[in-house]
Amino acid sequence: MRRSDFPELTRRIGDQPLTYLDSAATSLMPTPVLKVLQAFYATNYANVHRSVSTLGYEATNRYEEARQQVARWLHAGSDEIIFTAGCTDSLNLVAATWGRQHLHAGDEVVVSIMEHHSSLLPWQQLALQVGAKLRFIQLTPAGTLDLEQARTLFNAHTKVLVLTQVSNVLGCENPVGQLAKWAHAVGAIAVIDGAQAVPHLAVNVAALDCDFYAFSGHKLLAPTGIGVLYGKRVLLQQLPPYRYGGEMIADVSCETASWADGVQKFEAGTPNIIGAIGLAAALTYLTKIGWQRIWQHDQVLLQDLATRLAAIPGVTLYGSGPRYGVISFNLAGVHPHDLATVLDQLGVEVRAGHHCAEPLVHALGTESTVRASVFLYNDQTDCDRLISGIKTAKEFFHVT
Amino acid sequence: MLHDLRELYQAVILDHAAHPRNQGKLATATSDQLVHNPSCGDTIHLYLQVIQGRIAAIEFTGSGCTISQASASLLTTVIKGKTMQEALTLADHFSALAMGQAAPKAGLGDAVILTQVMQFPTRIKCATISWWALKQAILTEQEEEA
Repeated sequence: MRRSDFPELTRRIGDQPLTYLDSAATSLMPTPVLKVLQAFYATNYANVHRSVSTLGYEATNRYEEARQQVARWLHAGSDEIIFTAGCTDSLNLVAATWGRQHLHAGDEVVVSIMEHHSSLLPWQQLALQVGAKLRFIQLTPAGTLDLEQARTLFNAHTKVLVLTQVSNVLGCENPVGQLAKWAHAVGAIAVIDGAQAVPHLAVNVAALDCDFYAFSGHKLLAPTGIGVLYGKRVLLQQLPPYRYGGEMIADVSCETASWADGVQKFEAGTPNIIGAIGLAAALTYLTKIGWQRIWQHDQVLLQDLATRLAAIPGVTLYGSGPRYGVISFNLAGVHPHDLATVLDQLGVEVRAGHHCAEPLVHALGTESTVRASVFLYNDQTDCDRLISGIKTAKEFFHVT
Repeated sequence: MLHDLRELYQAVILDHAAHPRNQGKLATATSDQLVHNPSCGDTIHLYLQVIQGRIAAIEFTGSGCTISQASASLLTTVIKGKTMQEALTLADHFSALAMGQAAPKAGLGDAVILTQVMQFPTRIKCATISWWALKQAILTEQEEEA
């Protein structure tokens, strides 16, 4: 689908054509998005929210239009969309503001064993500082969240549920709406990491009824360095600032200061203007192709990969379907890094390691895995080259 | 297309990874060093017994990729019986070669094969991590003696 829109796909790795199966780490950028970035730099480049000049006015409009576009797409209000430096920044913002305000000694944080370090660590470290406790939702033998066990974790001490919507290792979708209900029933909030969900699922923050929802632009064909934090309006109004600086104030004297209303309170300093423009362009591009079509395409490729990987003797697949975007596996007798090096020599780019989710990878009984991830620009040839690369690696390492 | 890889993953390397030499927790160790590569999870725990300035015995435990485990195994076979100063020199030579710099290959034995890792920049640390552990263990040993 639209491979010709992605110029990076024409490059080679050594003497081999590129098969890019690492979109869960970062997605490639299509020419229409690159053109929007270039045009903005060439004709509209100016700072936002400051100047009375025409350029400043235009840049501000574009930046705020990007916010409105993200808001419509997530089914949120534009006064609920904070632009951040990325998903990690978004998740840190919640722990540093809401968490610092509300988490005290004896409180509990319910967190899934599937979390990416960027979702786990802000709460783990805050809990250590204030004397709160983390309670982990564990896995079932099938590699899904154990909902029966999860239900027992919520009590009067629970202050927050921290949950990834789609695991960056297993690719499974967690029942965010259900768990958010359990969190709300005990007066806790739900903080959702949507980094791997947004490229592969319809996200409606109103329907999920989550309190915060975070994602990065660069997994959605946008540049790195731009992220989004959705927060419920009523919660955002009560939060203290995250960082101090220009444009987040109402009034400043030598001795004291007051803060801007709305999301600007959380966007100190010059924001990533070009990142926001790029994110809007990426959403426009993806919407034009059609989300349903993209999701279906990704599903077909992943299901095909799952079937063909499982048929290779010695391959262990982690988790179970349906998978969104990623599939993780190991090959008996070949360490993931050795396998990834062979695949790289064949032009097949995958990720190998613990995927910044060490607690999950250990819960799966391993140290690391190989992860292949797909997006709209992958095709059957990419799957063929991965499967044939694994067979080559087996021969290379004399694994039967 | 796998020519460079064949230069690195030679039969002797695959053999050392599959059948590591001197594996164990040396009960008589006078110093030890644990190293961990956080980007991939490779772990090497090196145990040395130093008698009168000479590495009389050396063992390791660990887990990880072919390169990291073969490198640790080869290191133990090369280093056993060397003086601490000889071992430090060999560690420096190995690390320099693995990073593509000029250094003498004498005394490194089959470990020299692993310096081919310089052609795979993302894997250099896999080969050098055990040599780095050796260097730290010896420096600790020397500090304690001083």
